[in-house]
Amino acid sequence: MNQSVIARRRFLLASVSLMAAVPTIGCAQAYSGALPWSANANGSPKPVDPAGWTYFTPEEVAVIDALVDRLIPADDLSPGGKDVGITVYIDRQLSGPFGNDSWFYMSPPFQEGYPGQGVQSPVTPAQRYRKSIAALETYCHGAYAGKGFAQIPPDEQDRLIGQMETGTLQLGKLSSKAFFQMLWQNTKEGFFADPVYGGNKDMAGWRMIGFPGARYDYRDWVTKYNQPYPLPPIGIKTHPDWS
Amino acid sequence: MVKTLPRKDVAIVGLGWTGSILAYELTGAGLDVVAIERGEWRDTATDFPPAWAPDELRYGVRLDLFQRPAQGTVTLRNNMSQTALPVRQFVSFLPGNGVGGAGVHWNGMTYRFLPTDFKLRSHVTQRYGAKAIPDDMTIQDWGVTYEEMEPYYDKFEKLAGISGKAGNLNGQIQPGGNPFEGARSSEYPTRPTTPTYGPSLFAKAAESLGYHPFHVPSGNLSESYTNPLGVTMGQCSYCGFCERFGCGNYSKSSPQTCVLPALMLRKTFEARTKCNVTRINLDNTGKKATGVTYVDAKGEEVYQPADMVLVCNFSFNAVHLLMVSGIGTMYDPTTGKGTVGRNYAYQCDSGVALQLPEGTHLNKFIAGGAIGMVIDDFNGDNFDHTGLGFIGGGNMGATVTGGRPIQQLSMMPGQPSWGAGWKKAAKESYQTVYGLGAQGSSYSYKDCYLDLDPTYKDPYGSPLLRMTFDWKQNELKMSAYITAKLEQIAKAMGAVSTHAAPRKGNYTVTVYQSTHNTGGAVMGDDPSTSVVNKYGQSWDVPNVFVFGAALFPQNHGYNPTGTVGAQAYLGADGIVNQYIKSPGALLHI
Repeated sequence: MNQSVIARRRFLLASVSLMAAVPTIGCAQAYSGALPWSANANGSPKPVDPAGWTYFTPEEVAVIDALVDRLIPADDLSPGGKDVGITVYIDRQLSGPFGNDSWFYMSPPFQEGYPGQGVQSPVTPAQRYRKSIAALETYCHGAYAGKGFAQIPPDEQDRLIGQMETGTLQLGKLSSKAFFQMLWQNTKEGFFADPVYGGNKDMAGWRMIGFPGARYDYRDWVTKYNQPYPLPPIGIKTHPDWS
Repeated sequence: MVKTLPRKDVAIVGLGWTGSILAYELTGAGLDVVAIERGEWRDTATDFPPAWAPDELRYGVRLDLFQRPAQGTVTLRNNMSQTALPVRQFVSFLPGNGVGGAGVHWNGMTYRFLPTDFKLRSHVTQRYGAKAIPDDMTIQDWGVTYEEMEPYYDKFEKLAGISGKAGNLNGQIQPGGNPFEGARSSEYPTRPTTPTYGPSLFAKAAESLGYHPFHVPSGNLSESYTNPLGVTMGQCSYCGFCERFGCGNYSKSSPQTCVLPALMLRKTFEARTKCNVTRINLDNTGKKATGVTYVDAKGEEVYQPADMVLVCNFSFNAVHLLMVSGIGTMYDPTTGKGTVGRNYAYQCDSGVALQLPEGTHLNKFIAGGAIGMVIDDFNGDNFDHTGLGFIGGGNMGATVTGGRPIQQLSMMPGQPSWGAGWKKAAKESYQTVYGLGAQGSSYSYKDCYLDLDPTYKDPYGSPLLRMTFDWKQNELKMSAYITAKLEQIAKAMGAVSTHAAPRKGNYTVTVYQSTHNTGGAVMGDDPSTSVVNKYGQSWDVPNVFVFGAALFPQNHGYNPTGTVGAQAYLGADGIVNQYIKSPGALLHI
């Protein structure tokens, strides 16, 4: 057993005794007489397992795959949205706290205000995706002889996305513009968020623009003005040396 | 059945910058202090170590460290004829949550307000005449002067290890510093930070136009530093994950890095987390607080008796607590009478985007939250306002805080918004598009105020705070003027194109602007126009003190934290050296 392991055990014992000294009052924590800390204890992100779906149905997956492949098309700058994992990313977000708006103030009454008062809808992101995708499919089936969005030609897909962006496409009762804005924001997140969340596969989004990711220390490059940064990106848990 | 706990000398509501400073000073004076915090315990190693602190989605986009609107929010309307609706998602401003409060996720820009800011109404009246102040503008003097504040600014800067270069040392103007600042009694505790490329271009251009660029006084430290409490901080690594994030390097000034390691060793201090204070209890005279009532995480109601109550939570939450506790008289905008909720103000920010030539490598990801170059030539009354049709101004300059791709990938207007064209523009813009910012003053008005919403309630059954606020002509003219000056500097930086975005139209909560929400419990020397005196002491209930930006009579062209910290030390001085010896009103009218 080397010294560092012994030191670590001593530390763990010390922290256990310290934690035991923390009384609780009701459900609250009371801290006194020492600085309570437990290294890395709170919230290391768990990487998304890309297998399977947690929210989308297979039919919905096909539509989102097609949408994100037009929003972020494959070209010499990066692979397409589907291949970098954006559908996986959105699926996992919709089954988490983002999907059901659980962090937001969702008490009624819901009233339409003026735009500067912000979002006033009781419709959660998960519901918005489900309803908007279904309405888009209904529209496509009617307009394209029974074909779904994923089956129509790319320039037709782009035309419909453009109509959603301006809000001119009617998608049931929900605003197609609001759906586009959410989808495009989530697509950018899936392209650029740390790969632990299921998108940005192989850090493709970061490589496209030259963002070095989670390097966290640039002191040696601060005064190298106007010179290209030489190192490739790393993610929170995706450094090549760590696998 | 409310559970009653043993009495404490002092109950502090909220354990951020002001709560931790007051707790340290008052335990040092022998008092038994409990700080009651709504959020969780937070510290660097446990909560935001370098291993996962640089996570843009979690902290920048999903706002993991902030108050969640489900815990409580505000309602907003632009004017009194409208129906206020709840801010269901925080976008325009982002209140902090948990131990450290907004001191965890701030950028670290640590300014002093100008000497003329502290006597704004008298100064403007004297220089331009009373007519220069619009009839509905309710700006006022602070009830404290810069000279009185100076030793406390100095104390806060030394606590936080602020990196900077003095511009006025004991009345002597210093090269490289801000020549407009009030006289300082000492140099900054640590040397100024090294500018990154964008700010270096700004400084050169500003100087070529005859302006006076200086380093942002920074709570991202240029070198390691041990503060007077014996706590040591490290050097900033320019990681580019500062505002909205906790610092994994111990190099951003915060309650965690500057106060708590010393405070927590004090046996007479206790921090109690996950407890939401719902009201301050008063005795039957209504003139004396007896303690606070809070709801713990299990939903149980607890009464904590205390001889003094210090309201140290975020500005509008502090105002809300005074209102629901019945401390002071509610402000009535139709009569102008009453004080609680009066003079709510904000920050009138604007910006200029600029495109540098192809092949430029800005490397904006090399950044700190407060590492930049700015000028004060168009701030406050540093320039002659004769004939301009407005008063006020703003600090402005190059303060890009990172190159985080989801939120900080800026492009010039007119680029494709998605698809292959967007990808190409994103790649080209990332290294060549820069943004300059202006932080404009936001003066107070008769009909911009806080009160309680008639419809919406928080999870504890209290009415939400209602915010009635809009931009006025004075601020919009100010923004147009200073943003045009900023665009001239952008052009002198060698830009191939520029795009100025002065503040326009009505106030909206849909775009991030600033978390510098001020006023509502303003300080002053007249109880008919202020809620507290210069020590933060309530005129109505003298054993209640309020701290933070709620005390600002109006907001000036700077980040507020330096002034918030300084005023907390002024209040602590009043409590320790006067109030403890003789409890009661510290100032008599």
